[in-house]
Amino acid sequence: MTAVPANLILSRDDRPIVIAALFIIVILIGGTAYTWMHFGSAPLLSPNYLLQQLQIGSFLGIVAAGMMIVILISQIDLSVPWTLAAAAMLATAIGGPWAIPIGLAVGLIVGIVNGIGVAYLRVPSMIFTLGINAVMRGLMVAHTGGFAPQTAATDLMRYLAAERTFGIPNALFVWLAVSIVVVVILQRTALGRYIYAIGNKEAAAYLAGVNTRRVTVICFALCGLTAGLAGVLLAGYSVKAYQGMGDAYLLPSIAAVVIGGTNILGGRGRYLGTLVGVILIVLLNSVLSIMEMPEAGRQVIYGAVIILMLLVYGRGERVTS
Amino acid sequence: MSSAAEVPAPARFRFEDSSLAIKLRQNVGLVTAIALFCVIYLLYHVAHPKGFSSAVLVQNGDEIFTLAMVAMAQTVPVLAAGLDLSVGALMTMVGCFASYLLSGAPEGTPINLDLGGLHLVLATLPGGTTGLIVGMILCLVIGTLAGLLNGCVVVFGRIQPIIATLATGAIYIGIALFLRPQPGGKIDDDLNWAMTNSLGDFASTVHIFNDGAAPWFAPLAWIPVPFVLIILIAALVWVPFRRSVTGRAVYAVGSAEGAAYMSGLPIERAKIAAFTLGGFFAGCGGLFLAIQTSSGNADLPQAGAYTLNSIASVVIGGTSLLGGSGGAIGSIFGAMILRVISFFFRIFDIAPLLQPLFEGIILLAAVSIGALRMLRVRNTLELFR
Repeated sequence: MTAVPANLILSRDDRPIVIAALFIIVILIGGTAYTWMHFGSAPLLSPNYLLQQLQIGSFLGIVAAGMMIVILISQIDLSVPWTLAAAAMLATAIGGPWAIPIGLAVGLIVGIVNGIGVAYLRVPSMIFTLGINAVMRGLMVAHTGGFAPQTAATDLMRYLAAERTFGIPNALFVWLAVSIVVVVILQRTALGRYIYAIGNKEAAAYLAGVNTRRVTVICFALCGLTAGLAGVLLAGYSVKAYQGMGDAYLLPSIAAVVIGGTNILGGRGRYLGTLVGVILIVLLNSVLSIMEMPEAGRQVIYGAVIILMLLVYGRGERVTS
Repeated sequence: MSSAAEVPAPARFRFEDSSLAIKLRQNVGLVTAIALFCVIYLLYHVAHPKGFSSAVLVQNGDEIFTLAMVAMAQTVPVLAAGLDLSVGALMTMVGCFASYLLSGAPEGTPINLDLGGLHLVLATLPGGTTGLIVGMILCLVIGTLAGLLNGCVVVFGRIQPIIATLATGAIYIGIALFLRPQPGGKIDDDLNWAMTNSLGDFASTVHIFNDGAAPWFAPLAWIPVPFVLIILIAALVWVPFRRSVTGRAVYAVGSAEGAAYMSGLPIERAKIAAFTLGGFFAGCGGLFLAIQTSSGNADLPQAGAYTLNSIASVVIGGTSLLGGSGGAIGSIFGAMILRVISFFFRIFDIAPLLQPLFEGIILLAAVSIGALRMLRVRNTLELFR
């Protein structure tokens, strides 16, 4: 294993991160040039504005961290939208000191159910998590009567999501904490090795003695947990929970993970890439909203950027054997 | 099962060896889907106060058609071990085009292109029936081209289908929003009436078969047009495709791409064809949805719901998400099963608030039935395919 290939693999994984980071700089320069010409100011370079954008982006970042773990074992979690919304709704409904634990527990339970369905029932994750998403939506519609719940977020949720310490949004600290945990899991624990092994070839990991089913359940549980956390924070940020609050997080989180160089088929990718991918998407969004781009143009640019980035570094190999 | 099974005499007929039994074994998913559909649809008609009437059939047909088309659209890439997350967006985009092209204005429909100050009249569709037919063909061509674009991005860009179509889907929704920032537009009333009712209404609207009064036509007049269209599209497009070399290559690519390559099958052509055909089917769905609702609506949640329901329909219809087995016919039944389940909510008077919950539980239960195969697995390694 000490032979040089390790070096090569590293550069193959680092390339997307470097290119995506360069693209972020391009976005910043382009956006600044635009604002300079039109308004004579450069909000994109002001730390305060950037922090505010990153604060909004931290919810996406937390979701993407969990999504990445699931994608690394070559599964996907489509239940994120309503896991997030359910966590937010139940957290605000319970209120008091138990609000945040309840929100996290909702995410964790949904994640474990997802994991059991995928690992033990062997239903494709694409369809099982889709079903769970529908069930969660059904439960929440029945619970709230289809309206935005009237309950408000607790002070602690507000504090974590919307307030600042030393001028830095607290949500960023939460995102940082989640990031550190994920990096430690992926880089420094046996679980992280198992995750990459399963993503590369589950049968091989199984034959090597890994309890692949348990690892799969743990991965989905972690993904559910991050979705729950994002839900709690988002409810704190917007003071209350609302229907469909998670819908805007599913596809961007997958896009962020993939733009960051994680292979959608699993087994390869670094967390730093996901981080860069999230920042890229957040900044792209904020530049487009500064430019007052209508939704139509946004979607087209959004799609074009994903294709462009993947054409540069995400191309698969031709199957020739 | 014949009793001959216990007495293995080579000369005697054994059902298990007959070609019918082999066909049944190969299409367990399809047969199950058809059986399930027949049972629940029969139950539905029995429970419905106006069951077994043409009016109910017509209503069901209208509600089923679009999902059935989108499910077919999803099936073809899935068979090639891909996944098309853009079907809903593609369908929505074609619907928005249709809301411009099919207004049926007698003076003709100009096709304009407004880009900032630039105003171009590209062409003018003639008014009347000719214009409507040209407009519908244009819509289907747009859908097919969008499918072709998907295929090209996947094959020549070598980007994973799931993520490539996620991106192209965003582009299609963008175009749809560009066309219809607000829901609107208009579809010719006669076209709407002709396509969304029974064959009898169709004949009297387009003035064929003596306005539908021809004696030989009377026994057929009750059949809803959408069902006829589904059968026509399946028989004239899907079945020939499945039997072509390209169609077989799609299955081969889905079950073992490496082996298909080594066997000299046209892999790239198969993949492009799979996505293109998907685009055509989704285009049919979008066109019908626009005709049915008589408007174009760039509805993002609706597009997402159709994409996700199409995946569910494909799975319920017995097609493996891993590719290589199943077929579009099964997906049609999968889509019909999904829709009929929601029809039940109406007649059994289930509180609307509980409906999404039931839909989800039924979907979960349906896909978890597949877990029964776990009981037959002798070697755990068989699970990791």
